[in-house]
Amino acid sequence: MAARDEILAKLRAAAAPAVELPDLSRFAPVTYPDLRERFAKSVIEVGGRCVFVAGSLQDELAKIPEFANARRSVSLVPGVEGNVDLTAVSDPHELNDIDFCVVPAEFGVAENGACWITDHGRANRAVCFLTQHLAIVVRDLVHNLHQAYERIQMPGRGFAMFLSGPSKTADIEQALVIGAHGARSCTVLVTS
Amino acid sequence: MEVALFIPCYVDQLYPQVGMATATLLERLGVKVHFPEAQTCCGQPMANSGFFDDARPLAARMLRVFEPYQVVVCPSGSCTSMVRNHFPELLPGAPRLPVYELVEFLHDVLKAPLRGRFPFRVGLHQSCHGLRELRLGSGSERLVPAFSKTADLLAGIEGLQLVELSRSDECCGFGGTFAVTEEAVSCAMGRDRIADHERAGAEVIAGGDVSCLMHLEGLLRRDGKRLRTMHVAELLAEATA
Amino acid sequence: MTAGHPRRALQLVQNPERLHWHDQAVWFVRQKRDIARSFVPEWEELRSLASQIKAHALSRLPDYLEQFESRAKAAGAVVHWARDADEHNRIVLSLLRERGVTRLVKSKSMLTEECKLNEHLEAHGIEVVDTDLGERIVQFRREPPSHIVMPAIHLKKEEIGALFHDELGTPEGLSDPKALAEAARVHMREKFLAAQAGLTGVNFAIASTGGVVVCTNEGNADLGTSLPPLHIACMGVEKIVPSPRELAVFLRLLARSATGQPITTYTSHFHGPKPGGEMHIVIVDHGRSRILARPEFRASLKCIRCAACMNTCPVYRRSGGHSYGVTVPGPIGSVLARQRDLPPMPRKSFRAQWRDRGRAR
Ligand code: SF4
Repeated sequence: MAARDEILAKLRAAAAPAVELPDLSRFAPVTYPDLRERFAKSVIEVGGRCVFVAGSLQDELAKIPEFANARRSVSLVPGVEGNVDLTAVSDPHELNDIDFCVVPAEFGVAENGACWITDHGRANRAVCFLTQHLAIVVRDLVHNLHQAYERIQMPGRGFAMFLSGPSKTADIEQALVIGAHGARSCTVLVTS
Repeated sequence: MEVALFIPCYVDQLYPQVGMATATLLERLGVKVHFPEAQTCCGQPMANSGFFDDARPLAARMLRVFEPYQVVVCPSGSCTSMVRNHFPELLPGAPRLPVYELVEFLHDVLKAPLRGRFPFRVGLHQSCHGLRELRLGSGSERLVPAFSKTADLLAGIEGLQLVELSRSDECCGFGGTFAVTEEAVSCAMGRDRIADHERAGAEVIAGGDVSCLMHLEGLLRRDGKRLRTMHVAELLAEATA
Repeated sequence: MTAGHPRRALQLVQNPERLHWHDQAVWFVRQKRDIARSFVPEWEELRSLASQIKAHALSRLPDYLEQFESRAKAAGAVVHWARDADEHNRIVLSLLRERGVTRLVKSKSMLTEECKLNEHLEAHGIEVVDTDLGERIVQFRREPPSHIVMPAIHLKKEEIGALFHDELGTPEGLSDPKALAEAARVHMREKFLAAQAGLTGVNFAIASTGGVVVCTNEGNADLGTSLPPLHIACMGVEKIVPSPRELAVFLRLLARSATGQPITTYTSHFHGPKPGGEMHIVIVDHGRSRILARPEFRASLKCIRCAACMNTCPVYRRSGGHSYGVTVPGPIGSVLARQRDLPPMPRKSFRAQWRDRGRAR
């Protein structure tokens, strides 16, 4: 018998008694009186920076030293300019020297400061991980992950992630170090 | 009220004073106490080591011996839990024994306010079985409103001051046969527990399980420490004398 | 507990200074977890929901796996099935060989530890780089992880500094975690860029969408899968959740229980390969169907590998992960090991058999 059928047959024979899937619609998770404030707090808690953008995005970005000093930058946000054109890059390895990357998120989650970022089938999602510094632009916020998944339309195919703050590790004596493999800083720009 | 005492085998043999203190305390509170002499070990050591078939006849015997009684009281969290939680697994369908751990009985059933005097700083040792299988306290790992039935009982005792431990419910390392098979880790755990009570300034370590206290007492004696251990029954019997 | 544990535990127990250092380091993580969950008033309800969802998924496991397989295929992934560790290792090796891969980067996967994949691939001439910092540290030392979330929790920074001095040429005596992590970053960036394939574990596999979810803090799974063309994801059969909705429950629990973070930094959802690339998913049994068949052990398949039971366990904290001598140490590891790594215990004592015989006569 092929491995697949043998494994499935064994699992069928193991026959754990039927258990109902709990009804999550009756579950009432925590929500916050001030969504924006809670979100900003969470972003800071996970090692990020949070900025509420009143004027132009470009102006706000210019205030971030890592953006201002970036030699090579990429923007996936319409209206924000980087100096590397992603569509002209055929091999993601060429993106290793990107200093700053600005990406749009579909929404942010107040309970944990995470932003939902999808790659829309782009070949070059590697830029989000290779870049030295990252900024995320987001407008909509939800309270918690339950609301988040209610809202998410999983792509039939493709990549999507929750990103919460900069890359980090605590693998050496539990000392928190920001900037493990990915972005060394993460600024979340909340527009309205 | 009438109760039958279930005195665990090791209390019977090694710490008879805890059994006597339990009887004295209950009688002082107006309870009529019986002691069915045919009782034996409840089978916990075998069951904990996976020898369910060897535990079963002991469990069946316990049910027979205590059958005539409406309420059974036991000064041990782990033996109470064995009877309440594990007998039904060993003997499916058998009648349940109405057994209460002593603190539980005083707190939930008798509800008699205890008055007395015990002018010492006391560290509470919350034994794992009492905490996690009988829920005598909230347990620090769960996000529920904090409570401790033992602390509630001791609150009425004048002069008694409960000290605050840095780890409120860490295991003492006894664990029945664990202390035998894992002597080194078991002793390290016990010594750490004692150190926590010492740092908190306790003069007495009190708890509901003589087994845990026996382990701690052995370490205290070997290390030449002045700290004492007392079962809650002994403490309350002395305080209310 | 596992056989030999008391003896192996002596290494830590007989060194009181180190014993207390280790106990406190691990307890610190338990405390971080306590703080994190205090911001979630519905915590206990979440835990019980998670348990029920897992019980449900286990009760319908073959159906969900079939659904997962067909959706994953629709998303463009290739699905493989492995009865045991050997078959798993053979599948991975042949995927790599067929494509001429000699350099593989891996993100954390307890399953591949369990299968001893690294040894197998290395024996066949493939360079395997564990890219999680803690995993890389223990890989340099040629020892298994001592903890499933913090693989190098048993080591002091000075020891890691000396190791990096030998392996990466960092200055002698350097033990600052930030500087050491930076050296590892530079070293591993090269490995990421040179890799021809990336292998990840799977935290959750979504039956209704055919996607897999991988959680990391460092971003190593993402670098390892977005650069090279080939992504191999290895998962045990028990990783199934019915749909994305249930993910919310588990993701709210996982990182808070593991490290006290509200969520891991990267929670990546892969549905099929990236454009122009390949994704292969290897679904592994390796004893899990046997566990499922035993009612008293079935619940151990609900484990999401958060390691909270290790952090809270007073025995683990005082004996160290290596003392267990099995892939997953600590409380849950002791339960799993009984099923997998050890010969079965006799089911009846002599006394009980004697009694049975008497009854039968
Ligand atoms: S068994 Fe341990 S590692 Fe697994 S989910 Fe529970 S606490 Fe986490």
